[in-house]
Amino acid sequence: MRIEDVLQYAFKSLTRQGFRSIMLVLSLALGVASTTVLVSLGESARSFILGEFAHLGSDVLAVYPGRKTTTGAMPPITGNAARDITLQDAAILERTVPGIAAIAPLVVGTGSISQANRERNTLVLGVNEAFFDIRRLTLARGALWHDIAIEQSAPVAVIGETLADELFAGGQVLGQWLRVRGFRFRVVGVLEGTGDSFGSDLSDALFIPVASAQQLFNSPGLFRLIVQVDDRYDRQLMIRRIEQRMQALHQGEIDVTVVSPDAMVASISDILQMMTLAVAGIAAISLVVAGVLVMNLTLISVQQRTAEIGLLKAIGASALQVRWLFVAESLILAIAGCVVGLLITAAALWAGRLFLPQLSWQLPAWALVSVVVITIVTALLFTWRPASKAAGLSPTVALGRA
Amino acid sequence: MISLKKLSREFQVGDSPVLALRNIDLTIEAGEYVSIMGPSGSGKSTLLNMLGLIDRPSDGEYFLKGEETSVLSESDRAALRRAHIGFVFQAYHLVPRLTARENIELPLMLDGVSRAERSSRADTVMQQLNLSDRAHHLPNQLSGGQRQRVAIGRSIIMHPSLLLADEPTGNLDSRSGQEVTALLETLNAAGLTLIVVTHDNHLGQRATRQLSMLDGEIAHDTLRDIDLNAH
Repeated sequence: MRIEDVLQYAFKSLTRQGFRSIMLVLSLALGVASTTVLVSLGESARSFILGEFAHLGSDVLAVYPGRKTTTGAMPPITGNAARDITLQDAAILERTVPGIAAIAPLVVGTGSISQANRERNTLVLGVNEAFFDIRRLTLARGALWHDIAIEQSAPVAVIGETLADELFAGGQVLGQWLRVRGFRFRVVGVLEGTGDSFGSDLSDALFIPVASAQQLFNSPGLFRLIVQVDDRYDRQLMIRRIEQRMQALHQGEIDVTVVSPDAMVASISDILQMMTLAVAGIAAISLVVAGVLVMNLTLISVQQRTAEIGLLKAIGASALQVRWLFVAESLILAIAGCVVGLLITAAALWAGRLFLPQLSWQLPAWALVSVVVITIVTALLFTWRPASKAAGLSPTVALGRA
Repeated sequence: MISLKKLSREFQVGDSPVLALRNIDLTIEAGEYVSIMGPSGSGKSTLLNMLGLIDRPSDGEYFLKGEETSVLSESDRAALRRAHIGFVFQAYHLVPRLTARENIELPLMLDGVSRAERSSRADTVMQQLNLSDRAHHLPNQLSGGQRQRVAIGRSIIMHPSLLLADEPTGNLDSRSGQEVTALLETLNAAGLTLIVVTHDNHLGQRATRQLSMLDGEIAHDTLRDIDLNAH
């Protein structure tokens, strides 16, 4: 039997089932569409969030105090370290480890900032000049503090634009004095834009020299070190070098964790991908349900067409040919379901791009291929038994001649 | 051409076995016109199933063109049916969603014959059966006689050597019945071995050889009024 004849024969049976076939194609199509649209949504969200992280740069490493003893991918955000990373460590690293382009020690805290009769509780970051370079922050007005050694404190501050508006309400900012926890700082610069970093709004932050922040918060240790790596050096190599140097500085104990934000982003990306897969998996259940409907249709079809099956066998159809006639029917249904479903997906993605243009609304090829494969395999799997039943019918029984 | 040796067929009815065919010995030569008659339950349909290779004997042998068929696999038997045997049933058994022509082409389609060749062979057969103007009609648009002619067309499209007809006129009015009978006899005259199962004495007695069955045995084997079983 020729393939085109098998398909045509099956197609004629389906058109005779008219309404039932259309309903089945629709249920398969909805399964295909919901799965692909959800994958697209998940993937779009993932690339959106990854895009938000892009400003971290791939040439940056972070050094945290403390050592994660487990193999978990996420680094400890707040180090409960036995030993702090000190400014001295930072200075030694920068001097002695080749391949470090810049190093930014970071102290983080919150404080109540007052100016005249205005007061505001906000983020206080102890940083050096390199920090602004590494994070690609630029000043709208004024200038950074210059010529202040890393261990040296100074009563100067850079503030975010939002904070400037809040405290000075459009008045003169540069050269004005602020008060934080009893210390006084003179504003020398205002940060440009509302640089929205993941989790914190830097436009609402106060930046002071790191040594001043240590005095302010009375903490000898650093929150973390941000290291910019010369891009001619391998990052894994740099991670090992920094760890080894810190080990030497800390009496032979490895008590810091060096991560590249890439690794962090990769783990977040992994988590989002898992969620996408989980949601797609739930949607794929609808495909299995459609598969059960296909089985039901085939069973009914075999029952209604018993005499026809007997006739086909009497005039010389083999069991395999009879099986193929029924399998071809669900194959056609599955392919039609995929085509209609993907058309619905295309329409949904188009609408998505129209109303939510922030997301990419792309459908990854793996999702497209696997949804089509799953649909077709499910349909075939669920037809196999009823088709086998038809193939195994005795012609005399089927023709009512036994 | 056909040789049955001690052929039996046993059915299980409830707990007790029923012998539908008992030790049948039968030889039929190529080109014969044979009718099988007998009351309901005498085994004539079962015998036709056997001859048509759509049922297997419980015991005994069936040689078709010298080949022992009862030991062949299902797919080999299907191939033999397709190549050598045509069936005509009382209820026609046309596929309702296929046109007259497509029904006639069905065995060729199963055999993987190309569309062009199918179409030309079906044209020839439809001309022969005077069905050319009904080629694109669906079975439910045809009269009983026309449906049976389509079924006969389907049965001869493969140029079989054996044509088996089970009550071919059973659902037809007398005029259509006569037409169908005449058609079958023309095919037989052209060399096709014809075996007809029927209740209808009138039809049965037209055959050159008449078998009467009773309780699963051939009670009489008569050649045109000459009784071969000397009683």
